[in-house]
Amino acid sequence: MTRFRQTYGDSPAHLVAVVVGMSIAGYAISRVNDLGILIAIAIWFVGMLLVHDVVLFPVYAGLDNVLARLRGGTAPRVPWVNHVRVPVVLSSFLFIAWYPLILRLARGYPRATHRSNAVFLGHWLMVTGALVAISAIVYAARLFRARRAQPAGPAATASVPGS
Amino acid sequence: MARLPVDRLTDLALGRGEPPPGPFRPAFWRSPLRGPWLTAVFGCVLLVGIPIIFVTGLLSYASYDPGLGARNDQTPGKGLLGSYLFDWPTDPSWLYRAVIGVHVLLGVTLLPIVLAKLWSVIPKLFAWPPVKTPSQVIERLSLVLLVGGAVFELMTGLMNIQIFYPWGFSFYTAHFYGAWVFIGAFVTHVAVKLPAMRHALRTRSIARELRTPLADTVPEDDTESGLVATSPAAPTMSRRGLLGLVSAGSLLLLGLAGGQTFGDRLRGTALLAPRGGSYPGDFPVNKTARSRGITAADVSTTWALSVVAGSRTIALTRAQLLAMPQTTARLPIACVEGWSTVQTWTGVRLADLLDLVGAQPGTVEVTSLQKHGAFGVVRLADNQVADPRSLLALGVNGADLTLDHGFPARIIVPAAPGVHCTKWVREVRLVERGA
Repeated sequence: MTRFRQTYGDSPAHLVAVVVGMSIAGYAISRVNDLGILIAIAIWFVGMLLVHDVVLFPVYAGLDNVLARLRGGTAPRVPWVNHVRVPVVLSSFLFIAWYPLILRLARGYPRATHRSNAVFLGHWLMVTGALVAISAIVYAARLFRARRAQPAGPAATASVPGS
Repeated sequence: MARLPVDRLTDLALGRGEPPPGPFRPAFWRSPLRGPWLTAVFGCVLLVGIPIIFVTGLLSYASYDPGLGARNDQTPGKGLLGSYLFDWPTDPSWLYRAVIGVHVLLGVTLLPIVLAKLWSVIPKLFAWPPVKTPSQVIERLSLVLLVGGAVFELMTGLMNIQIFYPWGFSFYTAHFYGAWVFIGAFVTHVAVKLPAMRHALRTRSIARELRTPLADTVPEDDTESGLVATSPAAPTMSRRGLLGLVSAGSLLLLGLAGGQTFGDRLRGTALLAPRGGSYPGDFPVNKTARSRGITAADVSTTWALSVVAGSRTIALTRAQLLAMPQTTARLPIACVEGWSTVQTWTGVRLADLLDLVGAQPGTVEVTSLQKHGAFGVVRLADNQVADPRSLLALGVNGADLTLDHGFPARIIVPAAPGVHCTKWVREVRLVERGA
């Protein structure tokens, strides 16, 4: 048993789990191979993985770093960074899900339905605008409250909820 | 003595010595929130959600009744992957609506959770050396299938419901086999990681975490997982803030899409969903007559429905069909794309049509006038044809069908997927099952 662990790097149960799972996946891959579309599907499989790991993640992590730098060394009275993050992240989720409609890439949509796909950009901008506005109003309210509580000292910043 | 660059390259290739700079060094990762507990929370949600999406997907596949014959079977090479198939029932009539509604809406809802889960584990992608043991080699390979599969299934599903096909293969085939490849990797991943997830969940109390503000947010206490930052930055968001943000993302996606599934009164609330918005005095059309090449001449007064059983054929004009006993049924149309609508249909029972050619309800093949596009010919199972609510509908909500809704006649079958409710029907033919 120890010898197995030393050679393999994990328990026999690990090997069983891997063999069972990979057999299911391998069988499905063999079925696709019969159709002659394995390469095309594999390109999209790996391509979408790379789009996440090599494009989406570095872009949003990079933008967040820029945001952190803008924030600077001195902590503001009420931290604003999450009042930018939250609407941007929420709006991005919507965009990632519906970009074919928002950007009118989904040509099949108007063709099949004879409905315009021009409304989706407007809807997305409207929702994004609402998110930004709500975030700004909440920030203004927190700032107002912090100013009023100023005499109480720095405890006011620490007790701000929701961040 | 300075080491030659070639030695350094050999070291890198063999995963020895110092990791390459950047994300391969632990100090690169600075978020104080990453850690096994956080990953386990996201993992826990996906552990519940993904099996539901998988099972509803398999049920939707079964609802197409691939066993009825080649016309219904888009994946003839499925082999063992179709071994669970069964005849799709007609009761309850909302069955398909619920199955595909859950499948699509849950997929949409889990998108932020999947992205958050990937964010939480991304340092592992750059772990150095990439593999230490044989167990890690195969595990990392399975992770390519797991992550690639998750993103592939989510994005192909989302793109399909927006009728966006930038790839050169059939969505139906790719989404089906992709699901099996993914679920194999998922089974491996769950089996391998379940103990770590359970252990990590015990390290913190979710109730306490939801009461912890930013000022008290500290990195997780763990050095084993490789997820906790070795030199964490000061937190700018609490753990509950991050969980709240991701949950809000899920609820926002659901809230802006749910209306296309929940009912026609709520359809207007679906601002970001393909079949949301308003349809004054009408309901959504999956594919218009024009998009399927149906012309006025096709459906003029010369149109007649053929009903065929063996050597017996009968042709029925719309007037003759209207003169037959009419049945009214309130039934949903539920599309594989996830949207649905419930309407009141009136028409002739399929069983009555077969009776005209002296046949009992059996497997029938329904042919549309449509010139192109998928599902121009589909088969309905014995139980579907025998159901007294299964109609060749001539009208909807007290009026004649419009051309886009299938005039002169369309099929409506309780609990059947939308594409089996053939529009612009030309022929109903009794066939041998499976032939």
